[in-house]
Amino acid sequence: MTSHALVDRPSRRRTPVSWVRGGGLTTLVFALPMLVIFGVFSWAPIVKAVVMSFQKTNLIVTEWVGLENFQRVFADPVLPMAVRNTAYFALLALIFGYPVPLIAAVLMSEVRRAKGLYSALAYLPVVVPPVVAVLLWKFFYDPRPEGVFNTIIGYVGIPPQPWLQSATSAMPSLVLEATWAAAGGTVIIYLAALTAVPTELYDAAEVDGASVWGKVWHVTMPQLRGVLLITFILQIIGTAQVFLEPYLFTGGGPANATVSVLLLVYRYAFQNSLGGNYGMATALSLMLAAFLAVMSLVYFRLTRSWSTS
Amino acid sequence: MTTTTPKLPEAVLPDVLENPPARSRRSSAPTADRTALSVSDWRRPRVRRTWNTMHVVLLVVLVVWCVGPLLLLGKFAITPTQDILRTPLAIFPNGVKWSNLYEAWFDINISKYFVNTVVLAAGSWVSQMLVATTGGYVLSVLRPRWAKYAQALVLATLFVPAVVLLVPLYLIILHPPLVDHSLVNSFWAVWLPAGASAFNVVLVTRFFDNLPREIFEAAKVDGAGPFRLFWSIVLPMSKPILGVVSVFAVIASWKDFLWPLLVLRNPDLQPLSVRLPSLEATTDKGTLMAAYAIATIIPILMFLVFQRMFLRGAGLGGAVKG
Repeated sequence: MTSHALVDRPSRRRTPVSWVRGGGLTTLVFALPMLVIFGVFSWAPIVKAVVMSFQKTNLIVTEWVGLENFQRVFADPVLPMAVRNTAYFALLALIFGYPVPLIAAVLMSEVRRAKGLYSALAYLPVVVPPVVAVLLWKFFYDPRPEGVFNTIIGYVGIPPQPWLQSATSAMPSLVLEATWAAAGGTVIIYLAALTAVPTELYDAAEVDGASVWGKVWHVTMPQLRGVLLITFILQIIGTAQVFLEPYLFTGGGPANATVSVLLLVYRYAFQNSLGGNYGMATALSLMLAAFLAVMSLVYFRLTRSWSTS
Repeated sequence: MTTTTPKLPEAVLPDVLENPPARSRRSSAPTADRTALSVSDWRRPRVRRTWNTMHVVLLVVLVVWCVGPLLLLGKFAITPTQDILRTPLAIFPNGVKWSNLYEAWFDINISKYFVNTVVLAAGSWVSQMLVATTGGYVLSVLRPRWAKYAQALVLATLFVPAVVLLVPLYLIILHPPLVDHSLVNSFWAVWLPAGASAFNVVLVTRFFDNLPREIFEAAKVDGAGPFRLFWSIVLPMSKPILGVVSVFAVIASWKDFLWPLLVLRNPDLQPLSVRLPSLEATTDKGTLMAAYAIATIIPILMFLVFQRMFLRGAGLGGAVKG
């Protein structure tokens, strides 16, 4: 980091002229796109988010209101529902989507012919535009007996289900589609991690007489724990910000059973008949971000001794 | 864009990307790439039978679960509406209706939204490439005194969830600095924020860090200035990582929904992802399914052509939702 590989710096006092001669200006020209784009579209909004959460604005008049935005968010009767739904979505997504990619990846890593075919098939849903995926699945969830999924479960004698129409089955239906769309990415991450397992460990386990399952359980799994810990928290951070599925499948219904926190942020800011309440929207999104940050810190603190990667 | 920016802690980055990839596709040393099952395990009939069965089952599951919905979509795209609604799983009971595709492309103007999607993806790609390559060059090769501060500021944005940016970024687009008119209903509103991808900068910087410094020194001795070095030496040597960044830039833009929905209110400017939900309620199912299929075919073709780049990039956590 200390060597200035290409720029000959004069050891004398720095003046504007020596700065330009030494390549400082050229460096700045190269850095300009990064500094401007990150400054305006990344850092300015982050700072603005904090400021706005203490303000009330109608885009013409802006006033400071202290903690009022936060108080109004907490007073919103939809908030507890949104938090509960988001937590439920995240939990279901873990149950549906966490073990399956791991099992698939361990099996796939042993494939000897056409390994590429397996990973390509697994990854294919990830490249499908999420909007198309959701709208297509929405049609699959057609509650009529002629609906795609109702036809399929009819083959094994299960009666037609209401899927998205009922408050109890709506959320699992959303999660099923979300899992379809995302699982392939996790499979590929695990496959990459599996190639990094030191092969001597398998040789050593064989010398000790380990069975096939013994090797998978006592060598592969412990070697993956670093990446397993990370995909776990990343999945929670991702699902805590779920928006597309509730927005397009159900619009938050039926009876707010699928309203997520981010959908609530969207409603505050952009679906408000009284004009966008940007203060409440940023207050809620900051609280979500703060919660995720604290949760991640606690998580990594708790699991630190466990992951020695 | 903001909602799909991939996030990952540095720990996920394996060495693959840091070293230029090996030329040959298959490694010839069999000991190097063994897995849990050894060659002698595979010789045992019981192990062989169990694992071969599991692999066949897995293949069937993958085909049905991952590809099945897409095959159905392809079938619906050329099926008459009545058959889609009454017997969705029957295979063309009343023949094929190719005109669905024609109707989607011309009658509901999918062609226009398709062009918008392509233009948005192309601009986002240019913006991401420009920021990531010049930024990476500064942080890795030019290394001014302030590089470590710039790097820290860029890296820190990786840990800010996209949800925080949504509303304030929208207001910045509404009243951008230096420009006195709103960027809403302008493609710039999508192109410019797309460039602020810390993930890209990290990937490119890491790759540049591993390029051999002796070549830079030699080029300098031969009289190459910083621009020449960037354009003729660094960029050509970095094709593998630029390919990965490119395919993910294009796919992310194609998939993006929330951000273009907010900033492109004029339907004539909207991409497919924003337009399709509003067509859903009013359009004939056959035409609609053809429109979905048209919106899906480009990403799928890109994936089939650039499969290795996708899978290499995804192994870096690129597919992890932000």
